[in-house]
Formats: sequence, structure tokens, C-alpha cells
Amino acid sequence: MSSSIPEDNRYAKSHEYAHAEGDVAMVGITEYAQKELGDVVMVELPAVGTQIDANEEMGTIESVKAVSDLFAPVSGEVIEINEALTEKPDLVNTDPYGDGWLVKIRMSDPSELDELMGADEYDEYIEAESAK
Amino acid sequence: MTTIEPEITEREAAQKLTEPLIFERSKAGRRGYQLPALDVPEQSDVLPQSLMRGEIAEEVEVSEVDVIRHFTRLSKLNFSIDQGLYPLGSCTMKHNPRINEEIARTWGFAQSHPFQAEHQVQGNLELLWTLEQTLKEIFGMPRVTLQPVAGAHGELTGILMVHKALAKSGNARKYILIPDSAHGTNPASAAFAGYQIKELKSNNRGTVDLAVLEAAVDEDVAALMITVPNTLGLFESDIRKMADILHAKGAYLYCDGANLNSYVGVARPGDMGIDVIHSNLHKTFSTPHGGGGPGAGPVGVSDKLAPFVPTPTVEKREDGTFYLDFNHPDSIGRMRAFHGNFNVLVRALTYMRSMGPTGLRRIAQLAVLNANYIRARLRKHYHLPYDGPSLHEVVFSDKLQAPKDVHTLDIAKRLMDYGFHPPTIYFPLIVSGALMIEPTESEPKEELDAFCDAMIAIARECEERPELVRSAPHTTPVRRLDEARAARQPVLRWRRSV
Repeated sequence: MSSSIPEDNRYAKSHEYAHAEGDVAMVGITEYAQKELGDVVMVELPAVGTQIDANEEMGTIESVKAVSDLFAPVSGEVIEINEALTEKPDLVNTDPYGDGWLVKIRMSDPSELDELMGADEYDEYIEAESAK
Repeated sequence: MTTIEPEITEREAAQKLTEPLIFERSKAGRRGYQLPALDVPEQSDVLPQSLMRGEIAEEVEVSEVDVIRHFTRLSKLNFSIDQGLYPLGSCTMKHNPRINEEIARTWGFAQSHPFQAEHQVQGNLELLWTLEQTLKEIFGMPRVTLQPVAGAHGELTGILMVHKALAKSGNARKYILIPDSAHGTNPASAAFAGYQIKELKSNNRGTVDLAVLEAAVDEDVAALMITVPNTLGLFESDIRKMADILHAKGAYLYCDGANLNSYVGVARPGDMGIDVIHSNLHKTFSTPHGGGGPGAGPVGVSDKLAPFVPTPTVEKREDGTFYLDFNHPDSIGRMRAFHGNFNVLVRALTYMRSMGPTGLRRIAQLAVLNANYIRARLRKHYHLPYDGPSLHEVVFSDKLQAPKDVHTLDIAKRLMDYGFHPPTIYFPLIVSGALMIEPTESEPKEELDAFCDAMIAIARECEERPELVRSAPHTTPVRRLDEARAARQPVLRWRRSV
């Protein structure tokens, strides 16, 4: 399973990832999360310019199974949202770590990344989650 | 125990669904009626020209036999409670006794008009009054409004009453507490009434944790909305203590009574300290259900909330006649035109009267017995995430089947091959891969056994032939539907193809 978890991301317990480049984090949901959700039919994201705190609700994602909240893994300003998801929400299913990203956040405190999990730790975490 | 082989190929199954849309059956000039020749002068100036349409509206042109066959064929593609077990958890798909229909079609009920004068509709008013008295007795509460036309409408009505009562005492408050095992409509109703939601995490038994509740209740909390028994079918045995915690802080206890069928005639919400409860008459009290309604969601309230019920209420004079009382200065106002879905109320009272108090209690006992029978027969074959004693429904998960890459959706689809409606799936949300089964009291043991046999056969198929389950259903008119595309690009109206 660990092969599908990119090493260069940080992971939240609520199954969002943050991919940092400089002080900007690209945020999405993980492969495990998209598989659990099933086919995504709609994604609601915050407006560009929104100031958001880590662990704060930043939107919702609706699949054929359920509507789930999305949480910001890091604090900062939303500088870009993935407009392509309006027309093609299934990108979240087909390419969660790439074209299916959700928002880009300019981090106000990049040290928050250290509080998130690394790939190995996240792998163990979802093993434990699925065993529940 | 039998296994149903997918002998019917996909192509054959597709051919079974050959019924076109009624629009596609239309043939120019075909008629389903004959009118006599016009024997009065034709008037062309009855309406001003601006209101006349330029072309005749395009309507379906079919004969009577076309219509009858079209809808009969469609009805045979459908599945209904009249056909077999419909174990949709939390929905209480029970038998609709035909005596209900007989009484609802009584001329006086069916043909009356809500604008008729009071003295002409004394029977209708008496029915509403009697139904309120009956529900008061069932709830153990002093007042019931019959206006709400659905469960969620009842929730909104109840929360608006709580809001008005709190506002009148000076502080309408900000939050409604809702456990994570709640019906999805609860947070929606509370938000619609203007409140913010705070979620309470269930304990490892799947019920509300008193310590968590105690910590969450303060002067900003208006109410706790709780479903009893909850969506895991578990009775909240601390309900009385929850009421005390809330009342000590001036907050209210709202009970979602969708699952009242598991304790009707056995226990009364009023005795549990509940301040406000709705009951879905289309669940517990057997009125028809599905297809979008119509439903009814009467709301019972405690003394503290009684002044706020919607107007008008039906009251009885000393001389035995009935009247509409609009004089409730603190009322939240009307929640619905006239008196709610009156003919649904007729059916519900018919059911209550034909069952009687002993019969209603027996319903609860049998509903619980049937669910526990299924639980006992299937527990070796499917994982039980919460193992407390459950009431009228039982929640399994796909944990034992998941290692074979067979999931809840596959199991649900495969059940259709065995002739059963699938249970509720992926709900409640606190169970991953939930299969929520509610058989209701309508089912005889033979039907429960046939259902359990099918579930056990499917569990075996998951082990031995997982692909068979993953590709189900095999025998239905259509195979797996593209639910994602249906949600993303819904086609909601017919258009002529050009």
C-alpha cells in the first residue's frame, strides 16, 4: 500500500495531504480517502483569498455515498482553487495527488507541516483505520 | 440454501427493459377518449388575445390501452413492499394495511374541502382531535400538532418552537448538539432554523457519552437533537440523565421519533424527559411511504413548549362539537396550509384504532424480535461493529468481505438477484461499509429466513466466487447504474430528439 503514498507529501488524520513548494502548499485528499468515498460528484471549496486555520473546515466533498467535510491541513491564505473540479469532480478519484488537487494555501506557518504525518506514518495510520 | 446463477446474460437482461417513454409511444392523432360534437357556438373571445397561445401544447397522443400497458409494464419493473421484503434500515418499510385505504376513501373524508364551514366538517375535525388525543397518549405529552407533512418538516417545526420559547425568555441561544450517529436531516433542520451545529462523538458502545454531553452543554446550547433508538438500533439508556443535564442549563431535548416503532406502546417519550418529538406516521403508523410522499410528521411537545404549537389547533366545546382555535398568541404560526396531509392522518388513525393499545405494543415487540432474529442468524457471516443489544434494526459491515475486495455496494446489488430490496447502505456514517437492515414487524419467519439464507449464500459467494458478487446484479432489468454520472449530469426532463 505504501507504494501509492507519495513520500514528498505530509498527511493529516482527516486524510488530506499537503504538498509544499516554498511557502505554498497544494492540498488534496489522499488515494485512500478517494477510495473510501467512492465516485465524487461535487466539491465545494473556499473562495480565493479566504484566511483559513489548520484543522478548520474548508469545504465539502460529495460522493455517491455521502457528503464529507474537508479540513485545512495548514493555516494560511487560499491563493488558488482547482476550477477544473467544477466540470470534472471525478479528477479527485482518478488523480488525487495530481490533477485532482483541491486548493493551494500560502502558509502562514510552514512549521505546521511538521505536525502532519509522513508517508510511512500515514501508511500505518490507514492500516489501523481499516482494521477498526 | 440456494445459489442463484447468473444465467441471464447482460444482453438478455437489457432486452427485458424494452418499455419506451410514454412520449415515445405517442402517435399523431391517436386518442384515449371521444367527445361528442360541439353543440354550442364556439367562442373565440373568452380570453384576451395576449393570454391565448399560438400553438397547441405538445401532449402525448396515446390510446387508453397504450396508457394502461405502459404503466403496468413500468410497475412490473419496480420493486415494492407489496412484492417482498424491503429491509431499508431507518425507513420502516412496513405493510400498508388495506383497511387504511378503505377508510381514507370514505366519501365524507375524500370529498371534503378545507374551506367548508365548521358545522359541515365536524367529522373531519373530530378525526383530527381524536388523532391528537391518541398521539398524546402514545407520546405521554400534553400537546401534539398534526401540521408537519414529513419527518424533517416535524424537526423544523420542533426546533422553531424551541427557538421561540428560548427567544421569549430572552436568549434564543446559538447551538444545537447532534450526535454523530444522527439522521442526516437533523443538522439540516437545525441549520434551517438558524442554529449552528455541534457534533457529539459517540462512545465505543455507539451511544451518547454523558461526560461528552455534560462538557458540551452551556448557556449557548438550545437543544440536543437525538434519535432514540439511534441509527445503530441502540437504545440510549441514559436518556433520562441526558434530559436532566440539558434542563439544568435551560436547554431542551429533541427526539427524532423516526424509530418510534421499536417502543410504541412500551415506553413513552414524555416519561423519558423528552421535550419535543416528531413521529413519522408513514413509518410507525403504516401510511404509504416512498415515491416522495405524501407523509406526515406530527410533533408532540411538553408543557413548556405547548403555547408555541402551530395554529390553528382543533378544540372540543363542552357541547361536544369541534372548532378551529386560532387564539394562540405565542404560536410559531402555520407550518402548512390547512391541516397537513389530512388523508394520511385518516389512514394513521385507522391503523391506531385497528391495532389498539395492545396491538401497537405487539408491533414494537415483533419489530425488535424480527431484527434480532436476523442479527442472530447473520452474525457469524457478517461483522457486527457494535454488539450491544439492538432494537428494531441491525447494522452489519463489509469488514469480513472486504479482504476479497467485495464491498457493501456489491453485496447490496447481489441481494437483488435473490429477489430482495437491498438494505440501507453506507449509513450510519460512523460505520465504515454499513449495511443497515430493518425488517419491520410485517415479515413472517419464512420471509426472514429466505432473506437470511440469501445473505448467507452471498457471504459464501464472496469467499468462493467474489467476481459473481462484484458484477451483480445479473437478473434485473438494468445492471449497475452510473450513479456518479446521474448525479453529475442529471437528465431531468424529456426532450424531443432532433
